Amino acid sequence: MNVPDGLLYTKEHEWIRIENNSGTIGVTDYAQDALGDVTFVELPKIGDTIKQFKAFASIESVKAVSDVYAPVSGKIIKINEGLLKSPELINQFPYENGWMVVIEIYDEKEKGNLMSASEYKKYLEGIQ
Amino acid sequence: MSYVPHTKKEVEEMLRVIGVSSIEELFKDIGPALRPSSFNIPEGKSEFEVKEHLERLSLKNNTNLINFVGGGFYDHYIPAVVDALAGRSEFYTSYTPYQPECSQGTLQAMYEYQTAICILTEMDVANASLYDGGTALFEAVMMSLRITGKNKIIIDGGINPIYKNMLFTHTANLPVDLIKIPPHIGQTKREEIYRHLDEKTAAVILQNPNFFGTIDIHSDIVEKAHSLGALVIESVYPISLGLIKTPGSMGVDIVTGDGQSLGIPLSFGGPYFGFLACKRKFLRKVPGRIVGETIDKEGKRGFTLTLQTREQHIRRQKATSNICTNSALCALRAVIFLSILGENGFVEFSKLNYEKSEFTKNLLKNIPGVEVINSPTFNEFTILLKKNADEIVNNMIDKGIAAGLPLGRFYKGMKNYLLITVTEKRKKEEILRLAEGLNNAINL
Repeated sequence: MNVPDGLLYTKEHEWIRIENNSGTIGVTDYAQDALGDVTFVELPKIGDTIKQFKAFASIESVKAVSDVYAPVSGKIIKINEGLLKSPELINQFPYENGWMVVIEIYDEKEKGNLMSASEYKKYLEGIQ
Repeated sequence: MSYVPHTKKEVEEMLRVIGVSSIEELFKDIGPALRPSSFNIPEGKSEFEVKEHLERLSLKNNTNLINFVGGGFYDHYIPAVVDALAGRSEFYTSYTPYQPECSQGTLQAMYEYQTAICILTEMDVANASLYDGGTALFEAVMMSLRITGKNKIIIDGGINPIYKNMLFTHTANLPVDLIKIPPHIGQTKREEIYRHLDEKTAAVILQNPNFFGTIDIHSDIVEKAHSLGALVIESVYPISLGLIKTPGSMGVDIVTGDGQSLGIPLSFGGPYFGFLACKRKFLRKVPGRIVGETIDKEGKRGFTLTLQTREQHIRRQKATSNICTNSALCALRAVIFLSILGENGFVEFSKLNYEKSEFTKNLLKNIPGVEVINSPTFNEFTILLKKNADEIVNNMIDKGIAAGLPLGRFYKGMKNYLLITVTEKRKKEEILRLAEGLNNAINL
């Protein structure tokens, strides 16, 4: 499983890349592999507020539909519209073109509740 | 087969197993005040006696009246083939087609039904049916809230008051702002709608023909609503679509209606069915069941329930509706009804309704004390009487004619208004009897 350094991770298999006050969010390689072929992605609207560890989007695959949880709280400032036409980007490039939203982070301190790449790797070993 | 659920012996056996000595002991935790002293169930009757009792009850129904009553439920002819095919046990007894490998017949019928609804309304997608016209309208409202993220709904005054009541009940505890335009006999008053239409509006609900029978072209309202980011929901009477402008051609976003007129007999309380169709871009917001076409592992054409992730049995609280079923048997009747008429036959059927209604309108115009409200109509129109419409109708029932729906039953200010429906079933002689009956009741 690909777990890039420099990102922060959740137990629900989301990642966030924090740059200054904004964060790009997506789901991990493990998540996309577990979901199987993604067929549809439902994203929030720009301007929506999302709360840490609460569902803000959903990913539908051939197997199931799963909620995506916010790694930290914030306001949606960008959504990846490419996913609406090509949801398979989540399978192909979960950390690059498969990103889902960009948020303006409300509270930096919430980072403390997330895992580093090495911690997430260990966490994955534990559940496999 | 015995319909007695448990014999005395079985009851005793069950009590023994759970270690309770009697029924009395089993219920001892429920205080005497909460327990009825008796259920007042009379002694059993023989099959013969029960049959006689039920027959006597059914005689209280007056089923031989010449019917001019509509208001959302219509007396149309149902070809014998509808009963013959829909009554086949393969359809009649089949359960929810969760297993496509053993439900291809039912699934294909539903798929063809959806196609027929799309053709009829000129919309892109339809679901496999809902309970009735009122619940379908409610589901469309919920859809519009999900799609737009707004919560204001404008309800035109021409919406069937029964549907309106259902909408009010269903939304009573939901954060929806319902704006009710007062009833108005005639075409939709644009200025009334536009007064409320703004950027907070999720949808405008229209009906065509409206409750008073008037037909309209709603394209201008659709355009205005879209410019403000609102949707337009239209409730339609399917039989009229053989003749009048379809919701699809007017740019309507979501179409609903009651399917009773498509081969379902009139009965107090149904069962009927509702239909819902919409633009393709709203497919994933559609409530209820959808059947899709696919190929099996051998590459052969087949059918299966699809997009089930919208539904309650997969997605629980995030489902697009808490209705997880459809009115399969009634929808089946509709698709048989439509296919037996065919495209040309359906247009002729529709025309027949219109022409007979126009004939009746012209006849009634000449009766002193009757004013036919001037507006374009399909097979239903409103007249204003010199006298109380309810009294006139009751008077004519004794002469074997159900003359129409007195609007005072729905609207306080309309005691002298009568809604009259003329379907293809009404013969010239019956229409003449209506005119004569009305004339006598009003003027003698």
